[in-house]
Amino acid sequence: MKTDMKAYWKTNIGYMVVLLSIWALVSYVFGILLVNELNSIRLGGFPLGFWFAQQGAIYVFVMLIFVYFLLMRRLDRKYDIDE
Amino acid sequence: MSIQLWTYVMVGATFALYMSIAWVSRVRDTRGFYVAGGGVPPLANGMATAADWMSAASFLGMAGLISFYGYAGCMYLMGWTGGYVLLALLLAPYLRKFGKFTVPDFVGDRYYSGVARLVALVCAVFVSLTYVAGQMRGVGIVFSRFLEVDVNTGVFIGMAIVFFYAGLGGMKGITWTQVAQYGVLIVAFLIPAVAISAKITGVAIPQLGFGSTIVSGPDAGIYLLEKLDQIGTDLGFAAYTTAFGNGSKPMLDVFCITMALMVGTAGLPHVIVRFYTVPTVRGARLSAVYAILFIAVLYTTAPAVAAFARYNLINSLNDVAYTQAPNWFRNWERTGLIAWLDKNGDGIVQYRAGTAFAGKPSFTGVTGPNGERMVGNAPSASANELYVDRDIIVLANPEIANLPPWVIALVAAGGLAAALSTASGLLLVIASSISHDLYYRMVNRQATEQQRLRLGRAMIGVAVCVAGYFGIHPPGFVAQVVALAFGLAASSFFPTLVLGIFWKRASREGAIAGMVCGIGFTMLYIVQTKFMGMAPWCFGISPEGIGCVGMLLNFAVTYVVTRMTPAPPQAVQEMVESIRIPRGAGAAIDH
Repeated sequence: MKTDMKAYWKTNIGYMVVLLSIWALVSYVFGILLVNELNSIRLGGFPLGFWFAQQGAIYVFVMLIFVYFLLMRRLDRKYDIDE
Repeated sequence: MSIQLWTYVMVGATFALYMSIAWVSRVRDTRGFYVAGGGVPPLANGMATAADWMSAASFLGMAGLISFYGYAGCMYLMGWTGGYVLLALLLAPYLRKFGKFTVPDFVGDRYYSGVARLVALVCAVFVSLTYVAGQMRGVGIVFSRFLEVDVNTGVFIGMAIVFFYAGLGGMKGITWTQVAQYGVLIVAFLIPAVAISAKITGVAIPQLGFGSTIVSGPDAGIYLLEKLDQIGTDLGFAAYTTAFGNGSKPMLDVFCITMALMVGTAGLPHVIVRFYTVPTVRGARLSAVYAILFIAVLYTTAPAVAAFARYNLINSLNDVAYTQAPNWFRNWERTGLIAWLDKNGDGIVQYRAGTAFAGKPSFTGVTGPNGERMVGNAPSASANELYVDRDIIVLANPEIANLPPWVIALVAAGGLAAALSTASGLLLVIASSISHDLYYRMVNRQATEQQRLRLGRAMIGVAVCVAGYFGIHPPGFVAQVVALAFGLAASSFFPTLVLGIFWKRASREGAIAGMVCGIGFTMLYIVQTKFMGMAPWCFGISPEGIGCVGMLLNFAVTYVVTRMTPAPPQAVQEMVESIRIPRGAGAAIDH
C-alpha cells in the first residue's frame, strides 16, 4: 500500500510538471517573452503573439485542466482510490 | 418600450428569480450554511464558481481596460484565467479532501498553530472586504445610469437583495443564485458581442470576428486589427496589437502583473471555498474544468468586444462636430463619464493620444457654445479633447452600436448579476471567517449549532453594512486597494497552501515567517508607491505586479526557516499523506 501510494504520487507530480510547463510556455513565453517575434507571423487577421496573449493561452488553459481531470480519473481508478 | 422601462422589467425579473431561489434553498445547519452541505453537483459548482469569480470588474471594467491598453490588456485576460490552472492542479483537489469550511481552517490545522490561523483569517477578511466595496459601487453605478435612481439608493437595494439570499441560504442559497446569475450575465455579455461582431465583420462569433475584415464603410476589406493599428499610429496612440512600444508597459512589468494576478486568483479565499462544496475530489477537479470553461466564454469574448468598441468609438466620435454627435454621447455626458473640452474652438471632437485634462472632469454647470457641458479642469498640453471613463465601454457599447433597447437593459441586468454574485461569495467568506474561524475555533469551542448559525447570519448582516458603507462613501483608493487584494492573496495564501500540500516538512515557524514576510513586503511596497508617491524601486515593477515578488519571498523564507526548525508532528504529516489520496473525501467533511 505504502509503495503503491508513492508511485501514485510520483505519477501525479509528473503529470503536473508537464501540464504546468505547457501553461508557462503558452502564457509567459508565447504571450509575453516572444510576443513581438511571433507577431511577424499572421494567423488570418491576428498577429500570432497577440493572438496567444488575448485568445490562445485561454483555450490552452481550458484544455490543460480538462486533460488533468481525465488523467487523474484514470490514475485514481488504476490505484483503486477513487470514489 | 423605452430603455428605462425595459431595464425595470429585466432587473425586476432577475431579482425576483434570485429571491425565489433563495427561499427554496434556505438552510438550517452550519454545514449547509458554510459549504452548501458539500452536495453541489460539479456542473452547478462550475457555473457558481464562474459567477463568483467574474465580478463587476470582469463584466464592466475589463473590456474597457483592454480597449485602451490594446495588447497589454492580456495581463488581465491571462492573469484572471491562468490562475485556474494552478488552482485545479495544485490546490482544489487537496483542499477538498481536507474537507473543512474555510481557508484559515486548513492553514490552522496544517500548521498546528492558532497564530497561523489568525494571520490567515485577517488576510481573508481584508482581501474580501477590499474586493466587496468595489462590487457595491458597481451596483450603484448601474442603478444610477439605467434606472435614474440615486447611486446611494442603488447601493441600498443591492445590499437588501444580497442580505436576503446570503443570510437565508448561506452557501447553499448563494450557490444556486450564482448559477442563475451566471446564466444572466453570460447571455447579457454575449448578445451584444455577437450582434456587434456580425455588424462590423459579418462573422457572428466574436472570437473569430475580431480577426476578420471589416465588411462595410470606407474601411471595407481591411482586417479590423490592422485598421486599429493604423488608426492608433495616425492619431498618436501606440499600435493596438504591438507590445511594449512607446508609452506602454515594459515586458518585465507585464510579466509580473500577469503572474501576480494568476497566483492571486489561486489564493483568493472566496474562490477556494467553492471547491469545498462538491461531494468528491474528482468532483472538485471536474468543477474546475467547468469553471474555466464558463469563464473562458466571457474572457475570450472580452478582447473582441474591446476591439469593436475601440473601432466604433473612434469612428463615431473622432473628427465629428459636437452638434452631430450621436445621442448616446449626450446620455453619457450627462452622467459625467464622458466629457469634451473644445481646446481649439472648432466645435469638432478631436480624439488623440494623451489625456484631455488632468483628473476627472469637474463640470462648471455652464453650457458651452455648442451645447456641451463645460469643464473647469485645466486643459493638458495634448491635442486630445475627449475624456472617456473606461468603465462605461461595456455599458455604452450596445448604444454605440445602435442595438435595440432590450439589449441595453439586458446588459444592465448582467452587470448587476456579476456584481451581486461576487459580492455574496465575498460576504460569506467574511462571515464565516468571523463566526467559524474566530468565534467557534478560537473563542468558544462549545458553541451550539444554533448559536453558530445565528452568528453566521448576523455577520453577513454586519459585512453587508460595511460593504454598503464603502459603496456609498467610496474611499478614494478603491481602485488602488484591488491591487492590494491580489498582492496579499498572492504573497500570503498561495505559497503557504502549496507548501502545506506538497512539502510535508514545512513547519509552523516557516509558514508564519513566510506569510508575515510576504505580506509585509507586498504591503510596504504598495503603500510606498501608491500612497506615498515613491517611485517603484524594485526593478520598476508596478504595485499591481509586486505580489509576484512577495510570493517568491514567502517561498524562500518558509524554506529557510523550516530548515532551521523541528519537523511537524507525526499527526500532521499523516494528515498531509491523507489529503493526497482522493478516497474518503465524503467522510472527511465534518469536524
